[in-house]
Amino acid sequence: MSDHPSTYEPKSGIEKWLDSRLPIVRLAYDSFVDYPTPKNLNYWWTFGGILSLCLGVQILTGIILAMHYTANADLAFDSVERIMRDVNYGWLIRYVHANGASMFFFAVYIHMFRGLYYGSYKAPREVLWLLGCIIYFLMIATAFMGYVLPWGQMSYYGAVVITNLIGAIPVVGPSILTWLQGGFAVDNPTLNRFFSLHYLLPFVIAGVVVLHIWALHVVGQNNPTGVEIKSKEDTLPFTPYATVKDGLAMIFFLIVFAVFVFFAPDAMGHADNYVKANPLQTPSHIVPEWYMLPFYAILRAITFDIGPIPAKLLGVTAMFGAIALIFALPWLDTSKVKSMRYRPVMRWFFVLFVLACIGLGWCGGQLPDNLVFSITTDAHGNPLGLKVVWLSQLLAVYYFAFFLIIMPWIGLKEDPLPVPASISEAVLAAHAKKKG
Amino acid sequence: MNSFMTKTLKVAAGLALVVSLTAGAAMASEGFKEPEDHHFTFEGPFGTFDQAQLQRGYKVYREVCSACHSMHLMSFRNLGQKGGPFYDPKYKNPNDNPVVKQIASEFDVADIDPDTGDEITRKATTSDRFPSPFKNEEAAKASNSGAIPPDLSVITKAREGGANYVASMLAGFQPAPAGLEVAATQHYNPYVHGALATSWKGDPHKVPLGGVLAMPPPLADDKVAYDDGTKATLKQEAQDVAAFLEWASDPHATERKQMGVSVILFLLLMAGVTYAAYRQVWRGKH
Ligand code: HEC
Ligand code: HEM
Repeated sequence: MSDHPSTYEPKSGIEKWLDSRLPIVRLAYDSFVDYPTPKNLNYWWTFGGILSLCLGVQILTGIILAMHYTANADLAFDSVERIMRDVNYGWLIRYVHANGASMFFFAVYIHMFRGLYYGSYKAPREVLWLLGCIIYFLMIATAFMGYVLPWGQMSYYGAVVITNLIGAIPVVGPSILTWLQGGFAVDNPTLNRFFSLHYLLPFVIAGVVVLHIWALHVVGQNNPTGVEIKSKEDTLPFTPYATVKDGLAMIFFLIVFAVFVFFAPDAMGHADNYVKANPLQTPSHIVPEWYMLPFYAILRAITFDIGPIPAKLLGVTAMFGAIALIFALPWLDTSKVKSMRYRPVMRWFFVLFVLACIGLGWCGGQLPDNLVFSITTDAHGNPLGLKVVWLSQLLAVYYFAFFLIIMPWIGLKEDPLPVPASISEAVLAAHAKKKG
Repeated sequence: MNSFMTKTLKVAAGLALVVSLTAGAAMASEGFKEPEDHHFTFEGPFGTFDQAQLQRGYKVYREVCSACHSMHLMSFRNLGQKGGPFYDPKYKNPNDNPVVKQIASEFDVADIDPDTGDEITRKATTSDRFPSPFKNEEAAKASNSGAIPPDLSVITKAREGGANYVASMLAGFQPAPAGLEVAATQHYNPYVHGALATSWKGDPHKVPLGGVLAMPPPLADDKVAYDDGTKATLKQEAQDVAAFLEWASDPHATERKQMGVSVILFLLLMAGVTYAAYRQVWRGKH
């Protein structure tokens, strides 16, 4: 924390010389060695380190891929295949990058749900939360444009569907669409600008990550009790305590990562993306990558016009609104207690919210008119039942209600459980309980 | 309000879970026949290619499929690289492999004479790509009743079900069921992902599974004569060519899985060491 005085003491001559000119070693020491962390952090707190690892892996493998990749609509598909076949360990680099994107999102979702459950977005951490939301938004943009680069069928039609959403904006939409695509359809100019931006955005993300960590070190980490640090008894220095714990979690994360890369490298991809893009042959079922499916389901849940507003525009608004609400969270929650450990009602709404997000993700991968289950049959014997689009609508309503109604309302109504006076007290109480 | 609300919410969460579990099971069946499981040698984390099978598969591709299908990502040298059908440990450099050289020399490729600039054909070398059967897409269409035979370089990755699908489909052509209208240039196959409802004249609830392809059934018993004495049944040929295509789609698969085993063993070791360090560091601090 900022009021934690620096304890760094330069030892060698060169360290002293550098410290009085650019105290960069001091900064690193204060941030990653002596930095006080709450001593009760659990494994949900290891995902920040894991995310930094993911960003590093994506940038490293991405730079190597970019050395061999050709951003040209006629050549891109084959150039990716050349990486897989002829570049030394190209298959490894590409599979790490492609699966790395999925692992990155897996980690960021856990990281975000962690923040949601333990109230890490509440004062004084609003800016920290906003910076995290910006990172997430940039990740979506980066991954979307990255998925277009291999120029397979899903790359191409994903780009067509998503860019066309912009065209739904009244008046200016069509012009913005042409500007974005660099023409009147997704084509070579689109691919080139996506490549340029896909290379740029990860470095913007890295910049925002620096701000995110800076903000973190100003306000300090939250912890499972949601009670702020009161004394030195509540903390342990980052190194070795947090480093070794983060390290252990990273290794387990890497094991899961390796299982995908080496034994099921295409499990999270789509077979159609190994077919070169063909503007004349629309695939029967266009789906984005799994990590975008919940938002895709919300987009397609809106099938009706409201007054003069067409369904498509409503869908786009709902989709972006769903992301915007995550930004607004700090001002939607009225509870005085941070951690849902002490919020007996809210924690169950939280469980339902996680289930709703997973359910939306499932819906996003189905055709809207498929049946979730059939109840009866019509006069012609066709099955009737709950359509996927109805389930999406139901879950989307819960998604929005969670932020707009449940968060503000339950915060005022709920009787929270007694909150421990300090982190140390909570730790001692847990010990006493374990001993029985 | 707490206890009432929590109870209701717990019930809701439980219900949601139950619904989601049963919903998965009640999903409508897909409109095609699931591919057979061909128990390929390369399946699973330790599976490897059977080199004799790859050689037979290449023979099927070369003598049958290559009349219509290109494999434009493949060069002759690939046939002799590590893990390939004609890999020989004596020739680390596949361009020196006499079998591969021999195969390449049996093909002619177009080139430009470096002295005169004239268009010529010359014998292929190991570094040349497999020649394509058609000059361009239009020619491919003209010879195949309007359909383009897809390039087979990555075909097992480009189809759901992979090699099992390709083998099942190749051996799975059947006479169209009575009541299904199939154009003379099309061929019914239950494994193909298609929608047959509009060309089906029978009971609308009994639309046959599968779809149609513009590819005539390419294989039959004894379509090729295997050099290793294996009996060339339809199923054998289908499996062999599917195995060859699987290798061609992912030529580094064996190397990848072997590396994966070492990487995971290494990570497990690291996990053990780090866990010991963790216990040591955190002793008495929990
Ligand atoms: C007479 C030409 C011809 C021959 C010989 C031929 N094919 Fe085809 N093949 C086609 C055509 C044409 C299509 C495209 C069919 C369509 O799209 O309707 C096709 C499609 C395919 C497909 C894709 C099917 C799908 O799921 O979309 C595969 C796989 C395939 N062929 C494999 C083979 C293999 C393996 C062989 C050799 C054993 C072979 N073909 C021999 C003409 C041929
Ligand atoms: C936030 C970090 C990043 C994410 C989430 C990300 C995501 C992705 C995704 C999803 C793909 C498609 C994978 C596939 O199916 O092939 C991709 C491809 C690609 N990315 Fe990235 N990426 C990131 C960073 C980078 C960086 C920093 C670079 C270059 C400096 C880069 C270069 C490339 C290239 C050249 C491809 C095309 C090759 C391929 O498809 O494998 N990426 N990226």
